[in-house]
Amino acid sequence: MAQTEKKQSSSNKKKSFWRQAFNAMLVPVLAVITGLIAGGFVIAMSDPVVLRSIAPNPWHVAAEGEAVDPSIAIDLETALQYHPNEVDVGDYAVFKRGTGVLFREIVESQDQIEDKDKQIDLERAQRRSATLDTGNAGISLTFSDRPLFAFQAAWRSVADAYRALFLGSLGSPVQIAEGWQLYRKTGDSQALRNALRPISESLVTSIPYVFAGLAVALGFRAGLFNIGAEGQIFIGATFAAYIGYSFTSLPPVLHVTLAIIAGAIGGAAWGIIPGWLKAKTGAHEVINTIMMNYIAFRVVSWLLRGPMQRPGSGKPVSPVIAESAYLPQFFGAPLRIHAGFFLAIAAAIFVWWLLFKTTIGFELRTVGSNPNAAKYSGMSVSRNIIVAMGLSGALAGLAGASEVLGLNHYLAEAFSPGYGFDSIALALLGKSHPLGVVLAALLFGTLRSGATSMQSLAQVPIDIITMIQALVIVFIAAPEIIRWLYRLRKVEDEGEKTIFARGWGS
Amino acid sequence: MSVATATAPTRTQTSAEKKRRIIFGAVFILIGTAILWFFAFNSEGGVTTTFGLNPGFASNAPKVPDLTFPTQPVLYGLGLLAMFLGGWQLAKGFKSYAVVFGVVFLLFIIAFLAWAAQGRSFNLVGMLQATLVRSTPIALGAFSGVMAERSGIINIAIEGMMLSAALASVMVASVSGSLWLGLLGGIIIGGALGLIHGVLAIQFKVDQIISGTAINILSTGTTSFIVKRFFIDPEINSALNSSKIFAPIHIPILSDIPIIGPIFFSVNIMPYLMILILVVQHVMLFHTRWGLRTIAVGEHPKAADTLGVDVFRVRYINIMLSGMIAGIGGAYFTIGRVGQFDEVMTGGRGFIGLAAMIFGKWTPVGSLGASLLFGFADSFQQKIQILIPAFPSEFLLAAPYVITMIVLAGVVGRAIAPVADGVPYEKE
Repeated sequence: MAQTEKKQSSSNKKKSFWRQAFNAMLVPVLAVITGLIAGGFVIAMSDPVVLRSIAPNPWHVAAEGEAVDPSIAIDLETALQYHPNEVDVGDYAVFKRGTGVLFREIVESQDQIEDKDKQIDLERAQRRSATLDTGNAGISLTFSDRPLFAFQAAWRSVADAYRALFLGSLGSPVQIAEGWQLYRKTGDSQALRNALRPISESLVTSIPYVFAGLAVALGFRAGLFNIGAEGQIFIGATFAAYIGYSFTSLPPVLHVTLAIIAGAIGGAAWGIIPGWLKAKTGAHEVINTIMMNYIAFRVVSWLLRGPMQRPGSGKPVSPVIAESAYLPQFFGAPLRIHAGFFLAIAAAIFVWWLLFKTTIGFELRTVGSNPNAAKYSGMSVSRNIIVAMGLSGALAGLAGASEVLGLNHYLAEAFSPGYGFDSIALALLGKSHPLGVVLAALLFGTLRSGATSMQSLAQVPIDIITMIQALVIVFIAAPEIIRWLYRLRKVEDEGEKTIFARGWGS
Repeated sequence: MSVATATAPTRTQTSAEKKRRIIFGAVFILIGTAILWFFAFNSEGGVTTTFGLNPGFASNAPKVPDLTFPTQPVLYGLGLLAMFLGGWQLAKGFKSYAVVFGVVFLLFIIAFLAWAAQGRSFNLVGMLQATLVRSTPIALGAFSGVMAERSGIINIAIEGMMLSAALASVMVASVSGSLWLGLLGGIIIGGALGLIHGVLAIQFKVDQIISGTAINILSTGTTSFIVKRFFIDPEINSALNSSKIFAPIHIPILSDIPIIGPIFFSVNIMPYLMILILVVQHVMLFHTRWGLRTIAVGEHPKAADTLGVDVFRVRYINIMLSGMIAGIGGAYFTIGRVGQFDEVMTGGRGFIGLAAMIFGKWTPVGSLGASLLFGFADSFQQKIQILIPAFPSEFLLAAPYVITMIVLAGVVGRAIAPVADGVPYEKE
């Protein structure tokens, strides 16, 4: 009996790598998918056309000068917007742009267009437009009258948004294939480069995410919740920029190395302060790192208007860094992918090695999962807290440095669209494992760079990504929700679990 | 002999107390020296400073003469007084050294203001009223924290609750035209977010710091999304995002008192509401059955459960009340102050409120005291910007955050949180 049991367990172990990988991936992947679905609902439900089509009030289209109750009256222009129908030559079509309305005269084909701002071809017009006239009194556009329309509009808004997201983050496969063929035939890589730009942008955006995600993940492993990555990124970028522009005659490799190290030191300094406070006084790192964020923003804002302002510039920007401090970009414009990418991967490998293959990492993880056990086995909890916050801050500082040295080449106030805040969700999604962080960072980089084009093409604000992230955090933190939604069985997993809510004093 | 030692055990000081006595004494003397060095020596002789005692806004209070004094002698006096207190602390030691520290700090602030405003006048009443007004959202945040944490749930989502409630209240107020409905809208949204936090923390036993952070991120994202999706259209903005604000209420008779009247009794509903919540919360926590149960659940849920208290129910109710109070705090930002929502307009006030709660040792009254301190720092930095425009405003803007960190570091070790704070309760 005992033997067969043993056999079974060993065969389980053999299988278990793939099963483990599957189990580990299942909830995060479903969490992201669920987040995107929920985001789709938000996009649809906030779409002006959809909102109008389910609004309960019927409108009366008033003729000019006609006196109607203002609460149900709608002028012709506005009515046209919400009454898409067949279109014919000579009609005026209506197009949604943001929440405004545009009027165009419809002409038969594209070549007849003389004034792009006033005319539009039939084919494009027919997608979304209207025939209405003054005096069509009392058109009701309620949901019950036109239920299908609301669903169509909802579907269209979501499809538009996510198509823009996809094309903006990964590019159009057709264009990539065409570009490749052109390159093979003629050797001209411009078309290919243009087609690959979205992918390059996604990778470029994932670079700071890898660093910042590693920073937060390392903190998690040591039982610390570092919300201050954003501030550490700012200070790291400031240090790197300062080294970058104040030396002009250094050899390139040395200069860029110095600038990177400076960035790490800057971030580390900003991380050690709350770490030290936590270790010595017990002040909770969550509040302190948030406060350090605000302080960092003010400090950078002051520096860019005072000591670090570019001479002769009225704007709050630093001088451009010397070319010897650039992190090299690999390909010609418009591909901006730079050496920071390999630096980020190297950092991930380093963190993995540090956490799982060294004594320091073992101590950090022990302190994170059971500080009492760590204390009784002779580890210094407070020293480990300080070390962890320093390392975490250094990694976040590298994110700032790579942005300045590889991408912008100067420091501006708004250079980070919230990498540090996003990295919290990212580290959770990656289960605080370096490999998971890299994968999650690639996903977030893709989402973020796609969301930029979603904002410009489909008028869906980029903040939808932030909302999706919050949901992902909830789903990852409460996997029961995901399991319940998808009727999954409970699995045994997660050996080490860190708890952050230990009260304020310990 | 033995009797003498037995009757006076307090006389003997431990080494820690001795150390504290010397450190605080040195700090007091240092502050006194700083007053003399930076302000008194740097001031011009024969110049006077005027502290305005009449409000710069409409009020019923009769005009009183402003307080005008010669700058330099007063600065010397303040500096010497601080040094004297320091000497006393070094030699004998004050029993309530914290209060004396407050006094010395106050001397420094007065000296600074007297020096900065030398040869000019400076509206003291205006600043004190601004202190009360600006500490209101912080205090509400702190009360919200007290409400949740006394029952054992860490509520780090106050910031997000405030932000969402700020938007909700201005939208409801703009659409309905009623500020009271707007306030109600803010309270409902705050309560709803509290419920979400409760479900995650109680039902799913999610780490409360994580679920709080998720609510903060969700609130930031949602409010910014709404602003960018809808409010970019000026027409929609004026329809959904511009309301009136609560007008100041001049309380009869009380508002006629000079100096005190304009500071305390000519503000709008928000500070009054804050005081009301303070009183209600204090009475309820410490003088009712509900309060007893709350504290029991926060300290020892298992014992409370054994005695028949429904731990989950108490926690659900408290976290929702916590969200509602945060909702009022959020409403302050829009319908209580500017009548319009801006992205991330709460600016960390929720977190500062949490620090105030810790500083106030998880009691409503203490929280108010700490909030007044933060509110003072806030209105003080604003005044300095006017008095010394050359001083980089960024540092002044950072001051409340720095003070929060100092307060946390200095206090948190000695303030005792509810024992079960942040620990999910597992029913057996």
